[in-house]
Amino acid sequence: MVRTALAVLVIDENRIRAAIIEAGLREAGHERVTVIHDVTGIARRIAEIEPDVIVIDLENPNRDMLENMFQLSRAVKRPIAMFVDRSDQASIEAAVDAGVSAYVVDGLRQERVKPILDMAVSRFNAFSRMARELEEVRSELESRKVIDRAKGILMKSRGLSEEAAYTLLRKTAMNQNRKIGDIAQSLVTAAGLLGPAEDE
Amino acid sequence: MSMTAEHQITAGFMPLFDSAVLVAAGELGFAAREGIDLTLHRETSWANIRDRIAIGHFHLAHMLGPMPLACNLGLTPLASETIVPFSLGLGGNCVTISNAVWAGMAAHGAVADLDPARAGAALGALIRERAAAGRDPLRFAVVHPHSGHNYELRYWLAACGIDPSQEIEIVIVPPPFMADALAAGRIDGYCVGEPWNSASVAAGTGHIATVKAQIWRNSPEKVIGVRKAWADENPEALAALLRALHHSARWCQDPANHGELAAVMAQAGYLGLPPAVQMPILTGHLQLGGGAELDIDDFFLPFDKAANFPWKSHALWFYTQMVRWGHVAHTPEHLAIARDCYRPDLYRSALKPLGVALPGANSKVEGALRVATAVGATGAGLVLGPDGFFDGQIFDPDEIDAYIAGQKSAEIQT
Repeated sequence: MVRTALAVLVIDENRIRAAIIEAGLREAGHERVTVIHDVTGIARRIAEIEPDVIVIDLENPNRDMLENMFQLSRAVKRPIAMFVDRSDQASIEAAVDAGVSAYVVDGLRQERVKPILDMAVSRFNAFSRMARELEEVRSELESRKVIDRAKGILMKSRGLSEEAAYTLLRKTAMNQNRKIGDIAQSLVTAAGLLGPAEDE
Repeated sequence: MSMTAEHQITAGFMPLFDSAVLVAAGELGFAAREGIDLTLHRETSWANIRDRIAIGHFHLAHMLGPMPLACNLGLTPLASETIVPFSLGLGGNCVTISNAVWAGMAAHGAVADLDPARAGAALGALIRERAAAGRDPLRFAVVHPHSGHNYELRYWLAACGIDPSQEIEIVIVPPPFMADALAAGRIDGYCVGEPWNSASVAAGTGHIATVKAQIWRNSPEKVIGVRKAWADENPEALAALLRALHHSARWCQDPANHGELAAVMAQAGYLGLPPAVQMPILTGHLQLGGGAELDIDDFFLPFDKAANFPWKSHALWFYTQMVRWGHVAHTPEHLAIARDCYRPDLYRSALKPLGVALPGANSKVEGALRVATAVGATGAGLVLGPDGFFDGQIFDPDEIDAYIAGQKSAEIQT
């Protein structure tokens, strides 16, 4: 039996995340994927696309508007059942934890929807992980720059070698149970307050 | 204090001024003094609040008054049983319209006095004039279908002879987007809480036509919705929270604290808007647009007039409106669910030890008090009302069938 391909609509203001989800769905063989970033005029778009599944990020403030539209039969030709199957609590929790919500056309079988939702959840999680890692790298780089400046201040004001300056910072951080980046930041701030920047 | 807290409570809220009592409970130490470590999460939609309550992320939340009813009646997806042991205040909303609609209403006799009957008559005349000219119906926005905003807007229009289901269009727009949508001409008017009405007036793009406090004075708005499963298992934590909210509400009502409250709500994590924008809801002094301004009695009450008491008659009135506009069928089972949703018994048992004034009954006839009235209550100094509907109707919760039967046929005349 040939099944018609499901039409999937992804509503996400975050273009990068939307692209990641779209790519995932296409790799999984879903050809009819539409991505919308801006909900202006969405009723008309939904009428055109006639989606079977709608995936939306939880941060989108328009969820209340969309849910209301789904309930008004004149806005969409086919009624859209709300969220995923109510019996599948684990899927619901995984979706909310990941920050994604999904709506499906009434009567669509659970086993056809689940892979799509699972895909969205895993891609949302991957995106969050990526964003977190990026932030860590950024703050790591930031912290290294500050440590270099703090070392410079110590080398100049106390006549220490680079290695000795670093050891002093590290020891102070350990004694105070703080991060070396925080100690370096305090030193740079204090040096800035006490006089002309000594490391320039 | 939080390190030794007896109770860990996580609550959600939407960035609206009427979350103030909950926010102040956390920010100003009322929760901590009751042994509660209260964590607040700002949300972006009522749907998120509902979902996070349902899966247990939140124990309780700032909610639209009819929302817990909608959950318990199965009108929303992912509904979990939700109870209301505390109301976050009375009033606070306005109906704001575009300059063009105001000009049209003014041509039909509207003046800037917020009188719902006069404004409604003028709007009705404008709507019929537009219909005769073959123009599109006016489009109004509310924040959610199951909201006080939707029901009071519809009540006002219907009582003025306008059929809100046929003669205008009602759409959903998130509160922070209302003023922009009005300015851009995507909507012609809206009903929302502050500061989103004053925002349009300040921008010169809207007029306040009438206010909730005049459509139905001292009427219910936001509530604390609690996941019932959690409430059942944690009665002491809930009672402690209700005491914290009580103290917070009393503090919020005191004009001496309004400056500080406005500053707290202005913080980026709450409303993220300048303190000056928070003042109209606190003072009841509103700019209406076009230079008109007015002092409104009981515009928003976070504490006075038993504002925190979860009246069953409030829940039941919301239920009658859900029936009226086709959101739910009127059956004995549904009525029983609506009757059980608001829980004055929990409010009483938590606050009784404090010796505060408590109403003698759990339900009252709404619209019966023409003047402020001292009521027989445990404790001292409880004043209720006036609580009149602008059209003089009375809602007697013991006569629900008659009220439901009477409301459609009597008021919608086309």
